[in-house]
Amino acid sequence: MLRVAHLKAGPLPPLTFQVAPGSSLAVEGPSGSGKTCLLRAIADLDPAPGQVFLDGAERNEVPAQVWRKAVRYCAAEPAWWTDTPRPAFNLDNSQTSRDAGVRLLRLLARLALSDNHLDRSVAVLSTGERQRLALARALLDEPRVILLDEPTAALDSANAALVEELLKYLLLSGCCLLLASHDQGLIGRMCDARLQLAKMPEAEKLSRFAAS
Amino acid sequence: MTYMPLSLTDLALSSFLLLASGALSIALRLGLEKSIGVAAIRMLLQLAIVALMLKFIFEVNSPLWTVFFAAIMFAGAVYETVSRQTHRFPGWQTYILGAGPQFAVGLLATLLATAAVIGGDPWYAPRFVLPLLGMVLGNTMSGVSLVIETMTGSALRERTAIEARLALGASRFEALADVLHRGLRTGLMPILSSMAATGIVALPGMMTGQILAGINPVDAAKYQVMILLLISGAVALAVLATGLSAVLLLTDDRHRLRLDRLQSPSSK
Repeated sequence: MLRVAHLKAGPLPPLTFQVAPGSSLAVEGPSGSGKTCLLRAIADLDPAPGQVFLDGAERNEVPAQVWRKAVRYCAAEPAWWTDTPRPAFNLDNSQTSRDAGVRLLRLLARLALSDNHLDRSVAVLSTGERQRLALARALLDEPRVILLDEPTAALDSANAALVEELLKYLLLSGCCLLLASHDQGLIGRMCDARLQLAKMPEAEKLSRFAAS
Repeated sequence: MTYMPLSLTDLALSSFLLLASGALSIALRLGLEKSIGVAAIRMLLQLAIVALMLKFIFEVNSPLWTVFFAAIMFAGAVYETVSRQTHRFPGWQTYILGAGPQFAVGLLATLLATAAVIGGDPWYAPRFVLPLLGMVLGNTMSGVSLVIETMTGSALRERTAIEARLALGASRFEALADVLHRGLRTGLMPILSSMAATGIVALPGMMTGQILAGINPVDAAKYQVMILLLISGAVALAVLATGLSAVLLLTDDRHRLRLDRLQSPSSK
């Protein structure tokens, strides 16, 4: 159970809501309304006053790395810091690596990718392949809360359907899902509830940048 | 071998080439004569003042004056380090980062050299302390500036990659490992290449000066080896301390990347 209490993320007013295991919340709003700010604040990537609880433990009670292993933010534009995707997947520690390897292959297969994609140069992979690889990377260590920022924006309809299937499976396995998207169809099929963010007034946006 | 004192006429003679280049610049309308002139006169004035001050301090031979002069040199090094940065940490942090490692390492290296290695009498005589401190600070200054500049620049450029690693549960040192390594390599490059080139490409200025002043080349080389070992050790330590501190300042205790803390020159 993810519970957000009076969380003040960036320019947004304090928000309070909860997401039960196995259910999903859509975060909607026009571009620049603060969808990404909210997801990043829940993953504790930006300082934000207020509380976020995962199964009763507030984020500040847990080491930051542990929190982000459980509460996984997956950015709209995936970033890579290695030449090929493989080293960016956490596969090195020997005991868990066989399990992780099997899980990874299964994830890749579900996303219409193969082991070969892991050794191609990131630069020659297509945008859609990179986005699906980043999703596999984010799901590999089985986070309990998944914060997805435009997960299907770079995908064609066939691949978007694969991602949707995978997300539905994750919900069945008890994940909490927050989904920021402009795709009304995806939200309609996937999400149990909607959080509608208002368009931010320009003056407020300016004062926020001045403050930061 | 004897020491040949230089007269003012000798100095005027040695300016012949520079004057010739100035004349060429005027004749060809290259517009360089002004900057050449300013640089030369500035160098002349600075060295004249420093020489007179050092002469005074050597004669007084008082620890208090030595400390005072060392403090001025140190302040100059910190000012240079800080003013070279394009992106600064807020307020006092930028000064702590620019001053702390240099101060600790400068003190350590100078004390090591004067008290333990040279062992002059007394070891704190300004004749030993001040030139050594100057050499160490001159080199840590460029090393430390390079580390800070490289690391802030790469952190800004690779923001998304760093945050992707943080989001996957990496610690701040894991997420900034590439940035840190690049910063350390860049900071060490000048001193490493100058060590590699010593004696092949160029005779170091200090050794040349000693040889010209009549010291046996082997003795001059020994001093040069000591200086280079001290300087490179000092630079390595200062660079390492600066790099690790920069990782801490670029992030917070919740392992978040805090580029919002950096001040760019335009916003100042």
